Amino acid sequence: MTQKGEAGARGKDVRSDCYVSVELAATGGIQVELQSKVAGLYGNRIREVIGATLKTLGVDHAKIGVEDQGALDWVMMARIEAAVRRAGFEIKQPALPPERAGMRAPTSRDRMRRSRLYLPGNNPKVMINGGLYGGDAMILDLEDAVAPSVKDAARLLVRNALRQLDFGGAERMVRINQGEPGRQDLDEILPQNVHCLLVPKVESADQIRAVDEHIAKRLGKDHGVLLMPIIESARGAWHAFEIASAAPSVVALAIGLEDYTADIGVQRTLEGRESFWARSQVVNGARAAGVQPIDTVFSDVGDMEGLRQSVLEAKALGFEGKGCIHPRQIKVVHDGFAPDAAEIKKATAIVLAFEEAQAKGLGVISLGTKMIDPPVVKRAIKSVELAVAAGKLTPGWRAEQTAKPA
Amino acid sequence: MSQKSEVNALGRSVPTEINGRPAVPFQGVNKFRPSGAKHAPPIRTCSDYPESGDKRVPSLREALERCGLRDGMVIGTHHHFRNGDLVANQIFDIAAEMGIKDLVWAPSASFPCHDVNIKHMESGVIHHIEGSMNGPLGRFCSAGKMRGQGILRSHGGRWQAIQDGDLHIDIGVIAAPTADPFGNANGVRGPSACGLLGFALADSIYADHVVVVTDHLEPFPCVPWEIQGNNVDYVVEVDQVGDPKKIVSGTTEVTKSPDRLLIAEYVARFVAASGIMKEGFSFQAGAGGTALAFAIFLKEMMKEKKIKARFIRGGSTKYLVEMLQEGLTDFILDGQTFDLKGVESMRDHPHHVNTSPFTSYNFHGKGDFATMVDVAVLGATEVDVDFNANVVTHSDGVLLHGIGGWQNCLYGGCVILALPAFRDRIPVIVDRVTTLCGPGELIDVVITERGICINPRREDLIEATRNSGLPIRPIADLKAEVESIVGGPPQKPSLGEKFVAAVKWVDGTVIDGVRQVL
Repeated sequence: MTQKGEAGARGKDVRSDCYVSVELAATGGIQVELQSKVAGLYGNRIREVIGATLKTLGVDHAKIGVEDQGALDWVMMARIEAAVRRAGFEIKQPALPPERAGMRAPTSRDRMRRSRLYLPGNNPKVMINGGLYGGDAMILDLEDAVAPSVKDAARLLVRNALRQLDFGGAERMVRINQGEPGRQDLDEILPQNVHCLLVPKVESADQIRAVDEHIAKRLGKDHGVLLMPIIESARGAWHAFEIASAAPSVVALAIGLEDYTADIGVQRTLEGRESFWARSQVVNGARAAGVQPIDTVFSDVGDMEGLRQSVLEAKALGFEGKGCIHPRQIKVVHDGFAPDAAEIKKATAIVLAFEEAQAKGLGVISLGTKMIDPPVVKRAIKSVELAVAAGKLTPGWRAEQTAKPA
Repeated sequence: MSQKSEVNALGRSVPTEINGRPAVPFQGVNKFRPSGAKHAPPIRTCSDYPESGDKRVPSLREALERCGLRDGMVIGTHHHFRNGDLVANQIFDIAAEMGIKDLVWAPSASFPCHDVNIKHMESGVIHHIEGSMNGPLGRFCSAGKMRGQGILRSHGGRWQAIQDGDLHIDIGVIAAPTADPFGNANGVRGPSACGLLGFALADSIYADHVVVVTDHLEPFPCVPWEIQGNNVDYVVEVDQVGDPKKIVSGTTEVTKSPDRLLIAEYVARFVAASGIMKEGFSFQAGAGGTALAFAIFLKEMMKEKKIKARFIRGGSTKYLVEMLQEGLTDFILDGQTFDLKGVESMRDHPHHVNTSPFTSYNFHGKGDFATMVDVAVLGATEVDVDFNANVVTHSDGVLLHGIGGWQNCLYGGCVILALPAFRDRIPVIVDRVTTLCGPGELIDVVITERGICINPRREDLIEATRNSGLPIRPIADLKAEVESIVGGPPQKPSLGEKFVAAVKWVDGTVIDGVRQVL
């Protein structure tokens, strides 16, 4: 019986990917048939990668065909590994590309998560430059963006991407699948310094605890991997607080309205009245648990004004971030979550008054004749941070403000 | 075949003889001094032309026969119909029927619709091409299958070569959207309206014989007479000169590619931050995805800062037309029109003006418009660490693109190459370009999605943008980053000794040779 496996993509519209077919054999060594649009410039390199990958996997005898549309090494390695595994071969060890410098940098719980850019987990073309757009986070999506038949291949691609992609300072996120496929996702990606996992369609605290325990088994109790459960059903919305407080690793609670509106049997409207309760429930559940409330995506990538309105509404409801499905949405989202000019003016005045009071060792902060409460100070500090992050305030604003005559 | 070659001022080995005629190696920017007088066609007399002014003949074949079409002649055509041209191919079909060999085709550019001429190159009807060699024509030439050597010239270089007599056009065939029986012609009316006919102007003035072919004949006078009937020998009326759908698009679409949009945004922000965007400035923008998006970003910034341009140069699109209509520019100086809104505006708006390679780009004239443009945004296939750039071949050495107005635009005040840092896995920033089409000393800025590199010669730009917040970085850094992503520098393409084509500079000297791809 010949054992065959195929993986990847082919066709004239495919770019930065390749199609690999493997036929295992008992003898004859490795026979490579390579067709590449970059053969003249990278043919030697590609042959080296094919050979080294098969060797790492433990394949000694096989016919391998590669149709290459300019795939980077790590993409081709993932495709070869997927094809070999699909051929039923028990690999000796995974073929991991080298780690990119800086990939082990940690994240922190309290960083901003205003924007998170979704990138389909089986499409290398869109991943490669994902880190250039200044999003607070980049999500490699193994769930809805990947067809069930290619989950296995996407998992390896995402694993390799985590080692090789330049995230450009964005938080490293992966959206995993539910159930058993989700556990397989974790097994591949957890060793690759994932900062935060998006757990979809969460309806109970137990689901989150199960994910957390699975991570603990792999990485230890203080694993440091953050979780962002996504509420996408009436049941999930009902249990928002329990889900948000299910484990200390939960850092944020997000809502996904496509599935939620379907679940309660209504149309999703631009106005969003049908989801007001659920969104508020998520905001309050998250706040009660001390985690960040994060809004759904805005799905019309052509409608920037609609997006802007949607962000302002999200901000007004209490959300701190929004999903992005196109890089051009990121700036609009950041601008929307940033305070406006009046807010910035007030916030900077409060921060300066607070710092002055601290310097003088005063317990009570006042601005003019008004006393300022600690929560107000906290909000002002946050507003200033957001304004600086959105480019509405320069990092050196203190010097500029204090230089001005009163 | 022994080939004479020499190393030119940019260190490139170039042929000193092309198709049996001597060629001058590039001597440096602004170094070559032309001499002598302009070329001129033979003197004609009105007594040989009908007093009625009706120069119509029944068919293109008859017109070509009357022009004395014979072996070895040079045929000029223009590319205003782009991929919808139905005339140029007919010339060579007729020549084949007549048993004629060894013609030289000198188009102002070629498009995929012209690929069928490969059969005429194989059979010997066409000896070689002097113009642009794109797609399959480029691959044919690169493979060393063309009988003669190709010559690649810029739009301005084509005018210069025709004017100076380097490129003698025996018969210029001008497909015209509108014409009268006398031969006056323009591009603003008729089913194949393409806006203007500037690329045919040199042929009309300097060719020995000129044929106008139209599918929209008006009684004399056809105005405006961009092509003057006084230069025309014969007029041929046909059913269709072009396929309107392929000549201009109904609408020009802006790119949706996030990478290209990011590049375009960086370009616009650079132009604003460097102080170039100021009242009365000018810019050049083409219809390519990135250039178009750049114009749209720039427009928003101009509106915000209440800045108006004096003129915009370039192929016009609805986006430039809107800027004219909204008062964001006083003029559009249009070299070729890309969409229907551009054609309408060219026809109806007095400040949407046609230009020609003579006014815009001819280097052997008393100045040209290209030098007066404050900022030109261009593409390239490769650029090296010395800012030299390539537009005609890819890194594999295969001819794929024409030069267009690219070389001419390098004389603008600030020349920006807007490029992806790599395509698939092929780096665009390289150690040394495969084919050198533009000297680095004329290229000021390279803008990619991964950063902006300013030519160290432009200390003024470096200073002006120091605190702009833009990702400005040394080109060597960017090159290293790209190589770390794509898996190191590419292998050298395997090229033969034989020169299959030469790239001319705007002054007619040879800036690089193109070798056979093995």
